[in-house]
Order: sequence, then C-alpha cells, then structure tokens
Amino acid sequence: MGAIQPNVREPVSEEMALVLAAKAGDVSAFEDLVRRYDRNVFRIAQHITQNREDAEDVVQDAFLKAYENLGQFQGQSKFYTWLVRIAVNEALMKLRRRRPERMVSLDEEVKTEDDSLPREVADWSPNPEQQYTQGELRDILTRTIQGLPPGFRTVFVLRDVEGLSTEETAEALDLSIPAVKSRLLRARLQLRERLSRYFQKRESGDGNK
Amino acid sequence: MKCSEFLHELTNYLDGVMDDRTKSELEDHLAWCHNCYVVCDTTKKTIEIYRDSQLYELPEDLRGRLRSAIMSKCKEKKAGPQSV
Repeated sequence: MGAIQPNVREPVSEEMALVLAAKAGDVSAFEDLVRRYDRNVFRIAQHITQNREDAEDVVQDAFLKAYENLGQFQGQSKFYTWLVRIAVNEALMKLRRRRPERMVSLDEEVKTEDDSLPREVADWSPNPEQQYTQGELRDILTRTIQGLPPGFRTVFVLRDVEGLSTEETAEALDLSIPAVKSRLLRARLQLRERLSRYFQKRESGDGNK
Repeated sequence: MKCSEFLHELTNYLDGVMDDRTKSELEDHLAWCHNCYVVCDTTKKTIEIYRDSQLYELPEDLRGRLRSAIMSKCKEKKAGPQSV
C-alpha cells in the first residue's frame, strides 16, 4: 500500500515576486495573490466556522489584514502559510463569537488517545462513494467532518485537503510538530470510523444503501 | 509489532515519512493483520475522498464579489502597507 501523494503547489519564487510588488504598492500584484488563494481561504474558513456568511467575512478580513500587514511579512515562511495563519485566526474569532458558551481553542485536548482507536474494522465497498449521489455524498462528508472538534478538523483540512506540510501546518496553527501529528492521526481515524457507517461492505442484498 | 504500534505509525506511513526498516516492519504487520490492513486502507480512502470532494467550492459570482470588495478596500488603504 503506497503513501498518498501530496498536493503540488506552484513555485515559491513567482509568489515572492508578487508579494514584493504588492509591498511596493502594486495593488494589481496583490489582486493576483487574492486570485491565487481566495478559494483555499474560503474552504478553510468554511470548514472552521461551518457558516457560509462567516466564511465570506473571513475571506475579506483575512486578505485585508494581510494587505495591511504586508510590511511585516519577512518571507521566512511562504506567503500562503502566513495568509493561512491570519485566516485561521479570523475564522476562530468568528466561531468564538458565534459560540460564546464554549471556549474554542486549537489547543484543547479532546478526550483520550483511546478515543481514536478503531472499533469498526469492516472493509469498505470497492468504490464506496459511488453508492451515493453527489449531493448525498457531500452531505455525508460535511456532516462527518463537522462532527470533529475544531482543533482536529482544522489540522485535517490544512494537511489533507489543502496539502500543507506538517511543518507549515504547525507554523500556521502555532502548534508543535508532535501536536500536529497527534491531532492529524486522531482526526483521520475518527473520520474513517464515522465514514465506515456509510461505506462498509454490505454482507448481502443489492449492495445499495 | 503490535496493532497499537502500527496505529501509532499510521500517519507517518501514509505520508511516506519513515525509514526503510520501520516501513518494512509495518508492511510485515500489514501482511498478516487483516484489521490493520483494513484500517490503513480505509484511512487512505478517507483522505482521498475528502481531498477529491470539492466541499465548499467558492462559486464564481461570489468569488468576483468578494474580490471586488477586497480590492476596493485595499485601494482605499493604498498608503497602508509599509514598503520595505
């Protein structure tokens, strides 16, 4: 069983050229950066806030904040990692505002290690996603990931959906590398466990839901 | 290798970041432990399904509106970013 292939992003040098131009006052260079990453920021924001309007606000606020603070971006990390860090913070603020009764933190330790140990080990159908229509599948995936604590789903989204490296994820979330790895393992196992309810092989019958 | 040890290494294994010796120990374990094989395989599928899912795609019309709003605010703040 081979390793999963990471997502590939564009070369950094071209991006740095845009950042330098934007820093020097070229608004259209900044617009290119917005075009490059607006979809990613929107996805991340919606995964964290679980609310479309909040995600729209986060996209605007994060880019604006990035623009205002470009002078502080020193280029030690990728622009995208720096932008994600801003967007995650904006999204968490929205989430806290919407759920003031619950402290929302990326640091929260959620339950014990044993929680992620697999209980459901039934194999899945060969092409489990094809058992459902696109709309049904989207509902299943959305509901399943929304059930994870914010700290877990944020790590999963950055690493496995957006393709950031472990180091970039740690930097964007201000977490240690072991903390990212531990959350990622638990997020992956919990999602797998929950999806098994929908995707496991049927013993008999017509093979449909 | 015990199943708990296998699980502990699962993320590194799926990400392909481990030395050859650990990798071959994990693969020996996978060859005889059906449960771990299934967990590994379905975890890999979980990641792939989410990666390919296109959840929360930004619709083009909304994308255009958001970008215009961002850019008009940036232009207002044109003196904003301090050049280095």
